[in-house]
Amino acid sequence: MSRTVYVDNNATTRVADEVVEEMLPYFQELYGNPSSMHTFGGQVQKRLDEAREKVADLIGADPSEIIFTSGGTESDNAGIRGVLESNPRKRHIVTTRVEHPAVLNLCRQLTRHGYELTEIGVDGEGLMDLEELRAAIRDDTAVVSIMHANNETGVIFPLEEAAQIVKEKGAMFHTDAVQTVGKLPMDMGKSNVDLLALSGHKLHAPKGVGALYVRRGTKFEPLIVGGHHEHGRRGGTENVPYIIGLGKACELAKEYIKEEQERVRSLRDKLEENLLTNVANTKLNGHKTLRLPNTTNISFEYIEGEGILLLLNEAGICASSGSACTSGSLEPSHVLRAMGVPFTAAHGSVRFSLSRYSTGEEIDYIAENVPPVIKKLKDISPYVKEIEELEQKAASTVNRG
Amino acid sequence: MWDYSEKVKDHFLHPRNVGEIADADAVGDVGHIACGDALRLTLKLDNDRVVDAKFKTFGCGSAIAAASALTEIVKGKTIDEAEKITNQDIADYLDGLPEEKMHCSVMGQEALEAAIANYRGYEKAPCEEGTIICKCFAVTDKVLERVIRENNLNTIDQVTHFTKAGGGCKSCHPDIQRILTEVRGPAVAVAVAPEPAKKMSNIKKMKLVQETMEKEIRPVLMLNGDDVELEDIDGDTVYVTFQGKCAENPNSKEKVRNTIEVKLKEFVTEELVVEEAS
Repeated sequence: MSRTVYVDNNATTRVADEVVEEMLPYFQELYGNPSSMHTFGGQVQKRLDEAREKVADLIGADPSEIIFTSGGTESDNAGIRGVLESNPRKRHIVTTRVEHPAVLNLCRQLTRHGYELTEIGVDGEGLMDLEELRAAIRDDTAVVSIMHANNETGVIFPLEEAAQIVKEKGAMFHTDAVQTVGKLPMDMGKSNVDLLALSGHKLHAPKGVGALYVRRGTKFEPLIVGGHHEHGRRGGTENVPYIIGLGKACELAKEYIKEEQERVRSLRDKLEENLLTNVANTKLNGHKTLRLPNTTNISFEYIEGEGILLLLNEAGICASSGSACTSGSLEPSHVLRAMGVPFTAAHGSVRFSLSRYSTGEEIDYIAENVPPVIKKLKDISPYVKEIEELEQKAASTVNRG
Repeated sequence: MWDYSEKVKDHFLHPRNVGEIADADAVGDVGHIACGDALRLTLKLDNDRVVDAKFKTFGCGSAIAAASALTEIVKGKTIDEAEKITNQDIADYLDGLPEEKMHCSVMGQEALEAAIANYRGYEKAPCEEGTIICKCFAVTDKVLERVIRENNLNTIDQVTHFTKAGGGCKSCHPDIQRILTEVRGPAVAVAVAPEPAKKMSNIKKMKLVQETMEKEIRPVLMLNGDDVELEDIDGDTVYVTFQGKCAENPNSKEKVRNTIEVKLKEFVTEELVVEEAS
């Protein structure tokens, strides 16, 4: 393969050079155990604390509110189970139908262990109805878990409004913010969010490290029970090099938030506009503006997504799709289905997610390579008639306009 | 990413015989865009021999490759020879397909069957008759019976990989299980269970118990609002806890316990007994 154009950053990101550099001494030089009594190990504790400060600083939290974990999924599990176990009398959970499996499958599994679950739907643009949330919360609701932004569409939920409602109703509020930390500014000091999950590898730290924010004073039982690590809130010797890496990545992310909001957003907009204008029968999935700056999810109607990905792959372009064939199940993306996206469009959805490493030249390359891929698949498709009808309809709408 | 063979990649990137024969003698249309894949096969025949074959498909990489392979296989064959082509022939031609993608080869076989029926002047391919079992993907009992028989399928998972049936809401799982038992009879147990004479290693036994619980037992229980959790395996005793509806009533518990024991004896080994964990 001659080149790689990586636009699958909502799946994982490249580890920043600065992060790798920062981590390296902790493998062979500063390899001590931070819990040790000797100076050799003890000196690592100080660096761990610094990393904790950097993570806390990025989201406007106090360092004591940060627990290091193995990643986003553990943080979600620890957060939700942690408050459920500390409120054993409350047996009701509220979440949304578009959550990441780390939350959705956990909540659904809990229904087999005596919990009741209410799943809130979304509208055609992927937005939720706050009144539906208000109505869903009961006296026995232990926790409400609502993602900050959706990994597939990038649609951002009104986190603070939701947290306010949950607080008024007396339940705990957990959010999966894996896609937003480092992309959107946050200030937990002014927030009503009780628990927040973040993941290292979505913000240019390595895979296998993450953090859970737990608001001070929150009743919380550890998911992983062991030694006194993380003040008894997460057992297991700290994954020091990775935590150091996460700290550095958070420090960098703080510097780059503005760039995400400006340069990355403008690249994303350029790509989106180009594809929506230059390829027939395309439409955007998700709200146009209430969206992450790096994500665009486009449906190529009557074209199948796995085929698109495999042909893009031939050109070195790495993207992802919500089609059934790529999901490993036989149904297309649960997020797009919850939004009511028709099958003809859901099977042909492609997500491009950019990062601070994306360049304008790469965007041009993608824009150049997508149309021939779509044409090739269209020529194989038995739905020529349907495709042409759509094209004519679109053309006549333009003419009338 | 799927582990596709070089042959699959080649047929996906360079599909043979794409298109539609205008004056075709046989047309086979199967699948639907809602299900994620669709295939239109057109054949030109001369003296009952296929002289040309073309396809159009909507689907993933392996669906395109399977359709392309099918057209290559069927060309030059007489209609009687074509009738004998199975989905396994298509998969073999491509040096195999991932099991989750075997339904692509089945779709090819079905398109061929439909085209042959069309050529012979039947209204519908024989496979299209029968009762729909899987409502999500519109799969009939006739199709299930044939695919199970021809591919020696033993589990609901396999049936889903080959036909998609049972891959949506899962409510047809008991029906699929019934057809599996009808078609394969006691062979299901024999095929899954190792030789009875051989002593099974503990690890193998535990793994089989776990698999049987997950794939055969729990899906069926859950349909009745019951559920069970595997707690421990000690020698030949399997300890479980009862959940859901059955947990409230000793009689239902006993019924569920018995069901589990029968299944485990059938799928793992005769010696197993099931007890409630204390």
